[in-house]
Amino acid sequence: MNGDMSFYLTVLVLGLATYGSRTLGYWLLRGVAVEGRMKAAMDAVPPAILTAVIAPAVFLQGLPEMLAGAVTLAVALMRAPLLVSIATGMASVVLLRHLLG
Amino acid sequence: MPLRDFLRGLGDLAPMMLAYAPISMLWGTIAAANGLSPFEAAFMSGVIYSGAAQFVLMDLWALATPLPVLFVTVFTLSLRHVLMSASVSRHMGAFSRLRATLQLFWLTDEAWAIIERRAQNEPITPAYFLGASMPIWPVWIAFTALGAAVGKALGNPAAWGLDYAFAAMFISVVAGFWKGASTGLILAASALAAVAVKLVLPGAWYILAGAAAGMIVAVLLYRDEVRT
Repeated sequence: MNGDMSFYLTVLVLGLATYGSRTLGYWLLRGVAVEGRMKAAMDAVPPAILTAVIAPAVFLQGLPEMLAGAVTLAVALMRAPLLVSIATGMASVVLLRHLLG
Repeated sequence: MPLRDFLRGLGDLAPMMLAYAPISMLWGTIAAANGLSPFEAAFMSGVIYSGAAQFVLMDLWALATPLPVLFVTVFTLSLRHVLMSASVSRHMGAFSRLRATLQLFWLTDEAWAIIERRAQNEPITPAYFLGASMPIWPVWIAFTALGAAVGKALGNPAAWGLDYAFAAMFISVVAGFWKGASTGLILAASALAAVAVKLVLPGAWYILAGAAAGMIVAVLLYRDEVRT
């Protein structure tokens, strides 16, 4: 990745990959009536993706990360403000790593 | 009223912006360690604008990976955004095609989660969408540059739990989608599939596996509800 121009061109090309993915779904599904089973499947997309993205970080790192995930979820389900549950998650993972690590 | 909608979106996004500042600083630090200047790091954040893609890219950067491989890796990491934009397109009836195509540039995981959550209760206006998505972009860029410039002074990010901020943020957002036991089953299926695939396949396929598993369970549960 030496040379200024090749750096910026590389980044721009990779930007096409991310921007393309952000618009592709809209263009594929725009105007398609979503109902019934398909609606149930689409409604599941948000929580299912969010869970999948972080599942390795929570379940495959160790016990402190797993337990901190449970603590964070419990706090968030009690309708705590977002920043409170994030801070709780970060604090509990630091604490649990100290206690268990 | 557009301005009010924009500000409402901004209000919903604000906590995410605060949570994102340390994450973008962390990435800026890693970028600097890989030889990027603060300006180059900020340029990358502005153009690619995807935390997951950028963290993985820095892993590959050091290995002098050829561009086609980088492209495919970034695209598979971003495939979740295809699903997200398909899902959110259901709430974009009030957008012109041009406006939708432009504003979707700012569709991040976080913005999308906020918009989907709001869409459960009320229609989404273009101004609300803009307020709930775009403002995190300059934060991401600015704190990347800051991290690249001064990041080393932070010390070890794990000591502050910063490496867990992303996970904690997503768990908190997931909780907002909770609608009872059926949600629990969908999440469990997603987590199981994601972990299983992560253990056997490289790259970002685990994300799509988790999404697919959650969608399949949702469809199965839907049919059960109709019968009873």
